[in-house]
Amino acid sequence: MHGDGAVTYVFQFSAVWREFDQLLFGAWLTVRLSVSAMVLGLVVGILCAIGKASRSRLLRGVIQGYIEAIRNTPFLVQLLLIYLGLPSIGLRLTPGEAALLAMVINLGAYATEIVRAGIESVPVGQIEAGQALGLKRWHIFRFVILMPALRTVFPALGSQFILIMLASSVVSVISAEELTAVTDTIVARNFRSFEFYVTITLIYLVLSLAFQGTFALIDRALFGRWSERP
Amino acid sequence: MIREFSATEVWFLVQSVRWTVLLALIAFIGGGVVGLIIAVVRVGNAAVPRAVAVAYIKLFQGTPLLMQLYLVYFGSTLLGFATNAWIAAALGLTIYSSAFLAEIWRGCIQAVPRGQWDGARALALSYPAQLRLVIMPQALRIAIPPTVGFLVQILKGTSLASIIGFTELTRAAQMVNNATFRPFIVYALVAALYFSLCWPLSALSRRLERRLDPEQARAVKVTATQ
Repeated sequence: MHGDGAVTYVFQFSAVWREFDQLLFGAWLTVRLSVSAMVLGLVVGILCAIGKASRSRLLRGVIQGYIEAIRNTPFLVQLLLIYLGLPSIGLRLTPGEAALLAMVINLGAYATEIVRAGIESVPVGQIEAGQALGLKRWHIFRFVILMPALRTVFPALGSQFILIMLASSVVSVISAEELTAVTDTIVARNFRSFEFYVTITLIYLVLSLAFQGTFALIDRALFGRWSERP
Repeated sequence: MIREFSATEVWFLVQSVRWTVLLALIAFIGGGVVGLIIAVVRVGNAAVPRAVAVAYIKLFQGTPLLMQLYLVYFGSTLLGFATNAWIAAALGLTIYSSAFLAEIWRGCIQAVPRGQWDGARALALSYPAQLRLVIMPQALRIAIPPTVGFLVQILKGTSLASIIGFTELTRAAQMVNNATFRPFIVYALVAALYFSLCWPLSALSRRLERRLDPEQARAVKVTATQ
């Protein structure tokens, strides 16, 4: 017994091969978008982590509210709220801008928690030692607190960066330019959805492995081979 | 004609929460069963099955959930099944959850001290008995906080089912928005509904984590960030 229709389907990966440079271009767009979000998201995370250590209860409360709001709602809803909702209060963004903003806001909340955990792991004695050496406040923050903190949490940050890269495929729903959106356009023309989505799934896998490798190299270059983690 | 955003629309959104919850429960149960099998194979001694488990986890943790949903959705048509958003969403989310739960639970099983395995072996227990009677009860205690935390990820993940046409909360929001053209209030309300589902679970996970002793809590932290 044969199921209807199923047996007549022939896989045509040659169609994928013909459009492969398009897919590579899409992958490049995904990398560009993700790296921008990673850099900006880390900056947001560091600033908010500093804010969470401030004496102002109001500031601490606002930052905590931001973290809880982002971590407990889906990225897709955040994206749609930014892209569709903000124009009604007068802020109109292109799909690309909305996508980047949503990714930065989302990653920023997770990065804040990670960086804060790193800052808290710095022993007080180390900070006191910095003061005893007569270092400037900014130098104490930079060399005694921030760098060791980032070294401690770098693996966790790397995982979070890869998660936001994978989540970037969702921005295709507002037609922001990246790998999934590029593929959607091709598939709408030739209906080879399965072949194309299998291919870009593998491209995403390669991207996450490549990011993992890159983070390991950055880790070694920045913090050294000797860096020991608790 | 543009409809007003009224109590009817709010009620429609609130009611669609049940599909989000139901889908999340199916994914959690399905993902839990598959994930437990993968986790046990992953910590086991058989080299080839262990490599398969590692590859499974790497593959599904390293690809977007949206792609997993697309592949199940478009793949099921090719196998001759009628495309069904319910089955595709449940299956896709099950696969996704199983990979993450397997990795979380692997960490919890490996956080049980080596001596416990040695002790169990010294009692001449068989391997399944060692796992079931000695290791699992201890791993379970460590596993509860990150597992509850992952439930939040599953709940949020169900929103992607809207993209393959499954009518849950996010899809209901699109429908209401198409009729009322009030995107800001619609999506803000939907965000609030997700928050009311997820936040209690996040808070519970944190509280349970604090009740573990520091050594175990560290193991939880390590697995939760992976």
